[in-house]
Amino acid sequence: MTLPLYGTASQSAGFFSDKPRSVLRLRSVDSAAERLAADFAIVRTPDDIRRAIEADWPSVLVISDSSIDLPGTFNGRLAVVPPKYDYLADGDVIGFDHASRKFRTLFRRNSAHNSFLVTERCNNYCLMCSQPPKNVDDRWLLGEIKESLPLIDPAIRALTFTGGETLSDWEDFIAVLKECRDRLPATAVQVLTNGRAFADSRIVDAWKDIGHPNLMAGIPVYASIDYVHDHVVQARGAFDETILGILKLKDRGQRVEIRVVLHALTAPIIEDTGRWIARNLPFVDHVALMGLENTGFAIANDAMLWMDPVDYSSGLARAVDHLSAAGVNVSVYNLPRCILPKSVWPHALQSISDWKNGFVEECDRCDAKTSCSGFFTTGRPRFSRGIQAITAG
Amino acid sequence: MAKFLRPESFSAATEDLSLLPFNFERTGANQYLVANMVGDFVHLSEEELNRLVDLQVRPGDGLYEKAYAAHLVTGANQKAQRQLLAARLRSRMSFLQHTTPLHIFVVTLRCEHSCPYCQVSRQSTDRSRFDMSEQTAMRALDVAFGSPMARIKIEFQGGEPLLNFPLIKKIVAAAKQRPGKKLDFVIASNLALLDDAVLEFCKDNNVLLSTSLDGPSDLHNKNRPRPSANSHELAVAGIKRARETLGPDRVGALMTTTEASLERVDEIIGEYLRLGLDGIFLRPLSPFGFAVKTKQYAKYDAQKWLAFYERGLRRILEINRQGTPFREFYAALLLTRMLSDRPIGYVDLRSPAGAGLGALVYNYDGSVFASDEGRMLAETGDDTFRLGHVEHDSYSSLILSDKLIGAISSSLTQCAPECSTCVFESHCGADPVYHHATQGDALGIKPLSAFCARQKGIMGLLLDILERSPEDAAILRRWAAA
Repeated sequence: MTLPLYGTASQSAGFFSDKPRSVLRLRSVDSAAERLAADFAIVRTPDDIRRAIEADWPSVLVISDSSIDLPGTFNGRLAVVPPKYDYLADGDVIGFDHASRKFRTLFRRNSAHNSFLVTERCNNYCLMCSQPPKNVDDRWLLGEIKESLPLIDPAIRALTFTGGETLSDWEDFIAVLKECRDRLPATAVQVLTNGRAFADSRIVDAWKDIGHPNLMAGIPVYASIDYVHDHVVQARGAFDETILGILKLKDRGQRVEIRVVLHALTAPIIEDTGRWIARNLPFVDHVALMGLENTGFAIANDAMLWMDPVDYSSGLARAVDHLSAAGVNVSVYNLPRCILPKSVWPHALQSISDWKNGFVEECDRCDAKTSCSGFFTTGRPRFSRGIQAITAG
Repeated sequence: MAKFLRPESFSAATEDLSLLPFNFERTGANQYLVANMVGDFVHLSEEELNRLVDLQVRPGDGLYEKAYAAHLVTGANQKAQRQLLAARLRSRMSFLQHTTPLHIFVVTLRCEHSCPYCQVSRQSTDRSRFDMSEQTAMRALDVAFGSPMARIKIEFQGGEPLLNFPLIKKIVAAAKQRPGKKLDFVIASNLALLDDAVLEFCKDNNVLLSTSLDGPSDLHNKNRPRPSANSHELAVAGIKRARETLGPDRVGALMTTTEASLERVDEIIGEYLRLGLDGIFLRPLSPFGFAVKTKQYAKYDAQKWLAFYERGLRRILEINRQGTPFREFYAALLLTRMLSDRPIGYVDLRSPAGAGLGALVYNYDGSVFASDEGRMLAETGDDTFRLGHVEHDSYSSLILSDKLIGAISSSLTQCAPECSTCVFESHCGADPVYHHATQGDALGIKPLSAFCARQKGIMGLLLDILERSPEDAAILRRWAAA
């Protein structure tokens, strides 16, 4: 199933700010934690409403499809969202647009897969992009992130920043990462970037100066040959800048993950790419070889990109071998166990974000389901002909 | 949605391409082995090599892809490949940051063995003449502690160093008293004199033992005679006791190949296996000391030795295939260089040479040599690699001596004829002492050099196995990774 992370409130009141948007943090009605201006009590039932009024909550988020009767004395902020957002819980953070009443779930405290969209702008135009770039002024997103950071539970283990190209407004974004250093020093912070910005020494020096104890740049490399990579990302010169960026980051002791998305242009050469990374960049901190999420541009370019994973799984296994033999920490993402050779299993992770992760009927009979990545539920999922329950018999 | 561009739109024009440095060697009719600047290998046909040199390559023609991924060709305006090569070369050569990590103390030249292949020309008599004095030892420590390394290894050699065990104890105690360095200790001994006192000392001071084991009893005892003809028995007993007392990884054994070994490599390896050792170093004889005087060295040539080595290596791979992990250590060293960029400053296979920069040798009489082989030469009257004396010299006067700088700078493989263009250069080394000993010249004429023939032979063999025998290649890759 896919968790709805976007929606529109059926009703709202009390948002009289000069700002067009607010960031709200949700709290249990009975929460004893210190209340900030951004905090909203979550209420689901008339009894919850009564208790919220008793507890003097000035702001309330109602999850319900029935109409809500609040006492006339209540003159605080109110937003009502449909029951399909029932997953919202104490500590979660949402962004709310006053005029349109549209909201987006920005942070779920109980999820291991929290990510902030930093911008939709990008200087690559990848053939399989799951988040197709838009050339719009969306700098308000960074403002919203800045507003969210003080509301996030500092015990959260991991946080990802994604785009677009996250370093499009690099000075403002690096300021956000410095906030993370100060507010979330114990959190593993991952930034997805095409790495091209790091070819500029000013930017890589500024990155180094952030000094977050657990910051990783996740950078895609699609081939060992310049024009093959440049074609995939639809940007001439990208390979040179990306590799240079990786070298400059490692030269300054920064953590780097290489991410290879597997499709018909990259998967047939994955053994070569893996061997090349093992030989040339064995000092990167992690390599992720990733099954394709069939959404965004990947759907438009399906004829060019679709390759059944069973047809590249042996090359993938050899790539994993080359990388492991060179001492590189390598993982395989987004590919179910049944289509992977056994040698790859120890590297195969449950990588798909919880809100867009699902299984097919065949999986009900499978012994490996609990350790399997399953499938993306987003876009137009395509399934391998190799899917078959793994059973002891 | 904007239009997506086709692959051709991202190809560089031929005039924008530029060659990167590479070496090559003909390996067969129409076939070339090509190595980039850091020693990654690819095979090209003669036609491909010619097209590459003329930059007649185009994205999509297969050769461009091969040459680009191997860093043989780059875009004239691109920087990443040059920076990658620079970073990798820097890593490979970073052993140079570790100056003189090894200090060899020849505490005595006396020995109770009388091996005809002895490379150090051991003496059997006259304690006063051939033992190192305490005063000399302390001066040698002054020199060793003058090296810039934070961690040094002190290795005791002979003769048989246990014949002067009291001095070893004094040196270890004095070294540990001095501040400023982390210390490792090794005693290179035939173990005939190993007793509880020595073992206890080794245990208390974390001293490693290194010994000689040439193979089965009859072969070993023939190679290594001593009065009771029991060298093998004592060595084996010593290895077992040392493993029990100090731990299995605290004692190592080395073999030396004599003419009598040539047909018996399986038995030699079997002996190492039988003793529970985790590998073997198949070593040729070196042209020094008694090995030359008794004509042992002249009894087999590089080709015979290579045949011996190949039989041994293939036997070892078979043992691994059957499930017992066991290494050939020289292959492991070469493979690490061929398959990774880890800095390997192995004293006998590096350029700039390891003489002095990798190790200094303090002889029993206080003379200081650039290498173990250098002092072996001096015992037969050739002082070429005698850098000075502990009484008059300091670490820096020895390292900056004209003799050492001359030997190292005149033997660099990076600019030597034959070496600088050799396809194996990245993984090889300079051996000025060997070439001085065999050809009277630190550089030497490489086509006449058995050293060169052995290196090329072994590396060619390893490449062949890596490319043609997947199962064995997987074993070899594991050796390189450890």
